[in-house]
Amino acid sequence: MSDHKQIPLNRMESGQRGKVIEIQGGQGIVRRLEALGVRTGRNITKVSSMFMRGPVTLQIGNMQIAIGFGMARRIIVELD
Amino acid sequence: MGNPNVGKSVIFSRLTGVRVIASNYPGTTVGYTKGYYKFGDEIAELIDVPGTYTLEPTSEAEEIASEMLKTGDIVINVVDATNLERNLYLTLQLLEKKVPMVVALNMWDDTEHLGIHIDLDKLRELLGVPVVPTVAVTGQGIKELGENIARATSPDNPVRTNDERWVTIGNITSQVQTITHRHHTWLERLGDASVKPLPGIIIAAAILIGAFLLVRLIGESLIGYVFDPLFSNLWAPVMLKLGDLLGGTGFFHNVLVGSTGGNEINFVESFGLLTTGLYVPFAMVLPYILSFYLILGLLEDIGYLPRLAILMDTVMHRLGLHGYAIIPSMLGLGCNVPAILATRILESRRERFIAATLISIAIPCAALQAMVVGLVGQHGIQYVLIVYGTLFVVWIILGIIINRFARGLSPELLIEVPPYRLPPWRTVLQKLWMRSSGFLKEAIPIILGAVLIINVLYFLHVFDAIANFTAPVVTGLLGLPKEAVTAIVIGFLRKDVALGMLAPLALTPGQLVVGSVVLAMFFPCIATFVVLLRELGFVNMLKSAGIMVVSALIVGGLLNLVL
Repeated sequence: MSDHKQIPLNRMESGQRGKVIEIQGGQGIVRRLEALGVRTGRNITKVSSMFMRGPVTLQIGNMQIAIGFGMARRIIVELD
Repeated sequence: MGNPNVGKSVIFSRLTGVRVIASNYPGTTVGYTKGYYKFGDEIAELIDVPGTYTLEPTSEAEEIASEMLKTGDIVINVVDATNLERNLYLTLQLLEKKVPMVVALNMWDDTEHLGIHIDLDKLRELLGVPVVPTVAVTGQGIKELGENIARATSPDNPVRTNDERWVTIGNITSQVQTITHRHHTWLERLGDASVKPLPGIIIAAAILIGAFLLVRLIGESLIGYVFDPLFSNLWAPVMLKLGDLLGGTGFFHNVLVGSTGGNEINFVESFGLLTTGLYVPFAMVLPYILSFYLILGLLEDIGYLPRLAILMDTVMHRLGLHGYAIIPSMLGLGCNVPAILATRILESRRERFIAATLISIAIPCAALQAMVVGLVGQHGIQYVLIVYGTLFVVWIILGIIINRFARGLSPELLIEVPPYRLPPWRTVLQKLWMRSSGFLKEAIPIILGAVLIINVLYFLHVFDAIANFTAPVVTGLLGLPKEAVTAIVIGFLRKDVALGMLAPLALTPGQLVVGSVVLAMFFPCIATFVVLLRELGFVNMLKSAGIMVVSALIVGGLLNLVL
């Protein structure tokens, strides 16, 4: 077990980096996220989140993706 | 075929010469377009399809892409060279389908300043198909791509599982791609700022207010300095001559020139084919179509709209939609027809129903807006603002109500946010040309037809009968003169002409506001109606229409009480 903190994506601070370690959800959600490049093992940087449970924007490689709050909650990230 | 927003439509347009609308956001293309590409003596039919991330579709637009794959003999897979890893997933799926393929590695120019180096020979070897680097917006590599279509191959590929595909992709990218570090550009910093809450809202407000003022400024200037002078200085004398030739009265005189007051022509109120029938589309609506679509095209190509979707997501969830539904809604401010087609980017039928219904009720198209500004605006800007404010409140409240009663859940937002780009003038102007000429081609016959029908019905006194029949509702509930019902009837053909029919009735500003709002909400114009029917199906269309009629009467009645 690593000693790095593991938190859901929505609780990351803007600018923090981490690695996706788990996507809690059914096949459908996992597939849709994977197609956009969000997979376990990928390094991501959180760009921002909107207030009032708005979407989370994150950077993966050269690409930015916006993920609705409910979905972002189910993406578990291990902070660098 | 390829992922969304990689430039498929631009490449298609370059290869075939067929103009298609291209923008900088995923989901611009929601249907397919056919064109022809000639190489040597042979002619190939080329089909532009919507973008998709995988061959397992999640929306109507992606479904169309997967369906079209079955009809193709050769696939041109357009790949975003700056996002090789994600794009290759679809490439592998396509290869597994054993369709001969050639890869266009688009946005090749961007790789350099992003610090990405791709070993083309190695990529060709690993994929086993021709790979051509292209820059679609400038046309670079398009000729080579065309030449390579004939060399498309289908190398032997096993059908992989999901995980195997990602492993294969990892192998490929690690062999062909090297990335060097580089600094953030100012466009990227601006991009990040516009999805952060506070700067984001300030940027959005600045952009939307700026866009509104610019549309108004350009539209007004075109009317004031170009189109209106053309009509009053050049066309009016011709019409007066013609009026004299036709004897000054009678059916034909009224159909062609309309009712003239002595030696002056009121182009708005005369209602002749050659006067109002031309003045409304050219001098009242076209200027605003031009200015609106110029500004919309710039916003689309800069890549701002997906960022607006992120900002609006929380609000849109209250309406049973997610943020991306703001894109069809923005398109609706131009014309409701493409807006309702654009709801195909939404995932569920429930969302499509809500979005399409809200668009046809509460989003006034540019033609109607131009008339509102032109007619209601004469009495003061505050009345125009009441019309817009009312429609906005209706949009929100109706959305909340439908969201409560429509069954099912709306899915979450999940979108790719494209980088900000400087808009390529070629695509901006091409879009502006397509959309404005499209307006002229589709609207003018209907406008002229509507003016003709109005004249004939007046002549036969049919309107009097309708007016007497509906007087209780129109006069009693809405507080309008009973003749205003003719405008509501004609609103089924075109809303701009319909609103124009209110002009000769000498309404008070309050009545004009009621009339404008009721016309906007009551029933879609015929073009929108046909698209709604096709996209929603008969039963849902009926539900949608029911909501329209009921809400228009309630809101019109309430406005009548207040104003």
